[in-house]
Amino acid sequence: MATAARNKKSARRRQLEAAINYPIDWLEERSGLIGGLRYFLFRKVPGDTGWWHTLGSATLTAFLVQALTGVILAMYYKPDPQNAYQSIQHITNDLTLGWLVRGMHKWGASVFIILMFFHMARVFLFGAYKYPRELNWIIGVTLLAVGMLEGFTGYLLPWDQTAYWATVVGINLNGTAPFLGPFLADFLRGGGEIGTETLARFYSMHMLLIPGLIFALIGLHLYLVIRLGVSSPPWSREAAGSDYDADEPATNGRSGLTQPAARSGWRRNGGDDV
Amino acid sequence: MTEPQHGDRRHSPGPSLYPIGFAAGVACILVGLIINPMVIVPIGVVIAVVCGFLWARDATKEFRGEPVAAIEPERGGPRESTDAPAIPPDRGEAAMPEPDPGERFPRNRFLEGATLGFGAVIGGLVTVPAVGFMIVPAFKGQGYPKVDLGPLDNFTPGQWFVTKFFMHPEAGEVSHRTAYIRNNGQLNGKPSFTIISNRCAHLGCPVQPNGPVQDNQKKDINLPKGQRITMIPAIPAGGYGCPCHGGQYDVEGNRVSGPPVRALDRYDFAIVDGHLILGTPYSVSHVKGEGKDALIYKYKLTGPGEHVDGWEQILYPLQPPH
Ligand code: HEM
Ligand code: FES
Repeated sequence: MATAARNKKSARRRQLEAAINYPIDWLEERSGLIGGLRYFLFRKVPGDTGWWHTLGSATLTAFLVQALTGVILAMYYKPDPQNAYQSIQHITNDLTLGWLVRGMHKWGASVFIILMFFHMARVFLFGAYKYPRELNWIIGVTLLAVGMLEGFTGYLLPWDQTAYWATVVGINLNGTAPFLGPFLADFLRGGGEIGTETLARFYSMHMLLIPGLIFALIGLHLYLVIRLGVSSPPWSREAAGSDYDADEPATNGRSGLTQPAARSGWRRNGGDDV
Repeated sequence: MTEPQHGDRRHSPGPSLYPIGFAAGVACILVGLIINPMVIVPIGVVIAVVCGFLWARDATKEFRGEPVAAIEPERGGPRESTDAPAIPPDRGEAAMPEPDPGERFPRNRFLEGATLGFGAVIGGLVTVPAVGFMIVPAFKGQGYPKVDLGPLDNFTPGQWFVTKFFMHPEAGEVSHRTAYIRNNGQLNGKPSFTIISNRCAHLGCPVQPNGPVQDNQKKDINLPKGQRITMIPAIPAGGYGCPCHGGQYDVEGNRVSGPPVRALDRYDFAIVDGHLILGTPYSVSHVKGEGKDALIYKYKLTGPGEHVDGWEQILYPLQPPH
């Protein structure tokens, strides 16, 4: 009696599992996406990676929060000089949860930039920018610049006194760059003076142009992280990124700082056996 | 990991007419909604429900462990040769013959080039106008309109006025500008005015008078075309100061201290029909003397923070048109 009950339960369980697996297998068979996702999420990383290595993903999370909250703010924000300020007040004071989403976007912007710097500091201090990861450092520096440009263009949007004058100063600062500076300033303003077009221009850059660029650069950045594997910390006994072989003495020690890492994470990730 | 191949195992669902029946039912409902909701719609619902149920049953056969009918192999396509085995890809005559030695433009090179070339042309046709549209308008049709600041009599000789006006009244508040204006009286039989822009020569913040501003004597003047002038008498005895980074100027706009790189900009002016008309702004390196006798070292309008004299001027050889 008890056995029969258990059998019946496990049969139902089997059925349930089959029902869950069926759509997953369906997708995998037709696209390979599930395998791709598993390859991405369950990569092998050096044994002594730690909290420091989470700063990159933390930055990514902060960016995704900005993307999500920004898209929703865009549903209520009006990017023209007559309405911008009022629409922000409306979001903050009248609309349900508007204060929260605006707050997330506003404070999240700083969190994103700060995390970028922390992540960069960890990469620098671990020596993780060395061969073969120089290109990822370069992409990272580009992300830093483009990320700050995103902050700059977003700062004008509340269209209050702080926003306006900070942007005046910021644009004129760009204008003092030698030779092409004055042209850069006019390009940013959309003319010789901040006018009706400047706000829409900044809005378009802030919500379309620059985020698109950031997404593309993050894609490249992560592609290289996966392709090259994550480097082990400088104190590691494991040679950076190479196949850790317990039989071989870990002669060269201190990987991150001194050792070129493996040319490809593919072998370490199990190569053909995956 | 090898990719699954078609034919590895049977795929359900096999060919079936139920989806078509289901679609017909839905179509029947939609048509019925227009023609006769009471009769045709229920018929459509019945068709859709029955066919939908049968379709779902059919499609989940494999999943529910029922036997699945073998699917006939696909027909059509290249006919399978029965007499000879397929020619391995590395043998036999290639679809495209190898180019003769010495042939400079084999066909595959031509096709490659054509694909890339057409791609580039199409890409260019789309991108060049778009990028041009992004950049060029910022540099065209710029310039400064003439702004009527109202009757000369409003400007008491010897008195400074904080004067606010709209550069483009139709654009609204965003074109609000401020100038510090003093009527210097007559110079060689012509009226003389000092008109100083409030745009800081460091990075463009609004400089403020160092001295009392008599807000209680504020005057609003309404002019045609939505222009509204606000005049507030002021005594900038200590010159002007900038709230942003502390730049200081004397009453003629000369830099006294702080980060600004030159004197405050000024505006040209004209007198038309007894009205003071604001002209184009220009930059100033420094001013000698005061009031109507001032000697102004005048330059083409230049952005804040850019040197107009000294060796640093070589850093800014070109100015965009404005
Ligand atoms: C949008 C901003 C950024 C995002 C979302 C991002 C994301 C990531 C992630 C998820 C990783 C792997 C995990 C880790 O090592 O933390 C990583 C690694 C890396 N990042 Fe970034 N990053 C950003 C900006 C930067 C910046 C500003 C730099 C440096 C200038 C940089 C340089 C690198 C390098 C060299 C690696 C490889 C580190 C290693 O293999 O140990 N990244 N990034
Ligand atoms: S903008 Fe005036 S001192 Fe910097």
